[in-house]
Amino acid sequence: MQPMQPELTLSALPVGESGYMMENRAQSAMERRLTDLGLVRGTRVTCVMRGPAGDPAAYLIRGALIAIRKADAAAISLIPARPGVAAP
Amino acid sequence: MNAAGERVIALAGNPNVGKSTLFNALSGLRQHTGNWPGKTVEVARGSCVHRGERLELVDLPGTYSLSARSPEEEIARAFLTGGEADAAVVVCDAVCLERNLILALQVMECIPHVVVCVNLLDEARDRGITVDLEALARGLGVRVVGTSAAREEGLEELLEAAVTAAGEPPRPLPPAPADGMERVRRAEKLAARAVSCRRADPMDRDRRLDRLLTSRLTGIPVMLALLGLVLWLTIAGANYPSAWLSAGLGQVEEWLSWLFHAMGAPAWLHDALVLGVFKVLSWVVSVMLPPMAIFFPLFTLLEDLGYLPRVAFLLDHAFQKARACGKQALTMCQGFGCNAVGVEGCRIIDSPRERLIAILTNSLVPCNGRFPTLLMLLSIFFVGGGPWASLQAAGLLLALLVLGVGMTFLCSRLLSATVLRGVPSSFTLELPPFRKPRVGQVVARSVLDRTLFVLGRAAAVAAPAGLVIWLCANVTVGERSILDHCTAFLDPVGRFMGLDGVLLMAFILGFPANEIVLPIALMAYLSKGTLVEAESAAAVGALLAGQGWTEVTAVCTMVFSLFHWPCSTTCLTIYKETGSLKWTAGAILLPTAVGVTLCAAIAAAGRLLGVG
Repeated sequence: MQPMQPELTLSALPVGESGYMMENRAQSAMERRLTDLGLVRGTRVTCVMRGPAGDPAAYLIRGALIAIRKADAAAISLIPARPGVAAP
Repeated sequence: MNAAGERVIALAGNPNVGKSTLFNALSGLRQHTGNWPGKTVEVARGSCVHRGERLELVDLPGTYSLSARSPEEEIARAFLTGGEADAAVVVCDAVCLERNLILALQVMECIPHVVVCVNLLDEARDRGITVDLEALARGLGVRVVGTSAAREEGLEELLEAAVTAAGEPPRPLPPAPADGMERVRRAEKLAARAVSCRRADPMDRDRRLDRLLTSRLTGIPVMLALLGLVLWLTIAGANYPSAWLSAGLGQVEEWLSWLFHAMGAPAWLHDALVLGVFKVLSWVVSVMLPPMAIFFPLFTLLEDLGYLPRVAFLLDHAFQKARACGKQALTMCQGFGCNAVGVEGCRIIDSPRERLIAILTNSLVPCNGRFPTLLMLLSIFFVGGGPWASLQAAGLLLALLVLGVGMTFLCSRLLSATVLRGVPSSFTLELPPFRKPRVGQVVARSVLDRTLFVLGRAAAVAAPAGLVIWLCANVTVGERSILDHCTAFLDPVGRFMGLDGVLLMAFILGFPANEIVLPIALMAYLSKGTLVEAESAAAVGALLAGQGWTEVTAVCTMVFSLFHWPCSTTCLTIYKETGSLKWTAGAILLPTAVGVTLCAAIAAAGRLLGVG
């Protein structure tokens, strides 16, 4: 049994850190839009910067910088990327 | 194949990949290219000649997919599967090829003859990114051509490949995968094999610039400073050309008068055409042309650099609070150039509720046609002389623009709390890599496409308006001129708002083009008072003061110029975009109500303080 971890969401990803997408619970239109942008299960995402108010944040997804609002990013769960941990 | 028997090549691709630049370079057709998604929603067509054969080029809207979930995607998909296109060119950004290949794979499922164009190779090279075009072609199984559209590199090869592909036997279409995942995985593998990078982080320069332009500490100040700089350059640079134009056209007026006398034309004809039509026309040209010819290119440079999506990123939080879409910032910025363009740009907003909010509030920011009015009044009433005058004027104009932006937030919030109730829908905003602006092209394009177009429209309206106002001032009914009757009728309403009858009438006559409001008002005042010398700011100031103007009148005129009904072109565009008379009326009433309320309050406060 692995120890239970609090779930990491895209909205909580600190600037400069990366994660691999696990699950996309966004409403269907947003989920499909993110798939079009190449964000699917296992895709590496890096939080590049946050706006002056901390929301929205811009994420690096497959070489492109995409801004997503906090409310939308909260629906996406991640596994934090650590050295030595392979992508799922 | 089209009706004329020419072969048809469709250009498909993601937004912001230089597709429209490529289209322009190939077809030579002057057409504006934008830096944000959805700018080319209508399908643009052009043609070119390759080895003696005439080809028709079709620029499809930029999309992230062909799933037919938005109007743009629907248009692109319908065109590719409709059989009209003999070949499709998928334009990809070499800087982020992986994401672009997802669409390329989708296009390859729709149409047998495909060429993949890896564009922006120059930008990629600057970042140390190289693309192995042959490896990519092997992996994809279609022709691949590298281009740098802005430098016109690789265009011949691209046309050659497209024509060759169109003439080949059709490639069997692969079955569409069950979900998007499979395509994403394939794009990932293809890009991994074809793309290599010399640098640890090819985007480090972009990131540094982004930190300066969007961080908590510097983002908003830099945005205001950039806007202020653009305004200052416009004001400082427009002073001299305006004076020259004014003097030159004044000379032409004298020659025209001489010519009329020499031909023995009746005095009324001379007065109507020279003092009516020509004078208003020359005012509009000398006041409008220099600021536009400076502002439009500067603004287009910022657009070309990719700065506007960063503005949207900075302002998104405020729009979120107003329960509107963050892309509204882009349409608002377009409104600074022209509100009709801003309203049309609202198509990039997917949610109908948020799109309506953006359309209804677009004219709350002043378009280029209103800048000269604001500037002239600022310079006459609130700016002292000296070396700092243009800086002071730029600061005050910036404050007025910020007032317009603040009102946009407030009205958007009010709309989402009342008639357009709802929660913000989710959206994604791409912040494309910064591009080196192509200065020469930008200047040529913005002067030809925007400046001359807008000026032409203003002139077309100014000429008849000049005639009307001259006739009104010189045809008498009873004891007084028609002008007197009209302004006397409007005067009480005008006074209530801190204006007067003449100004209110000028705003009404300025409905076809905001540019002519101040010239019309001056014309009307002139028919009553006299302008002693050449049209210097001091002389105009003296004329206005002679007509009972105070600082309060100037403030109210500026506020009403900021907030009143949209011009006729914008109203037509609103009707076209909403398809509803009700919402068009709403878009007229909203800014008018804001202006009337503010002006009445300012006038009342002025009276109370005894300065009005």
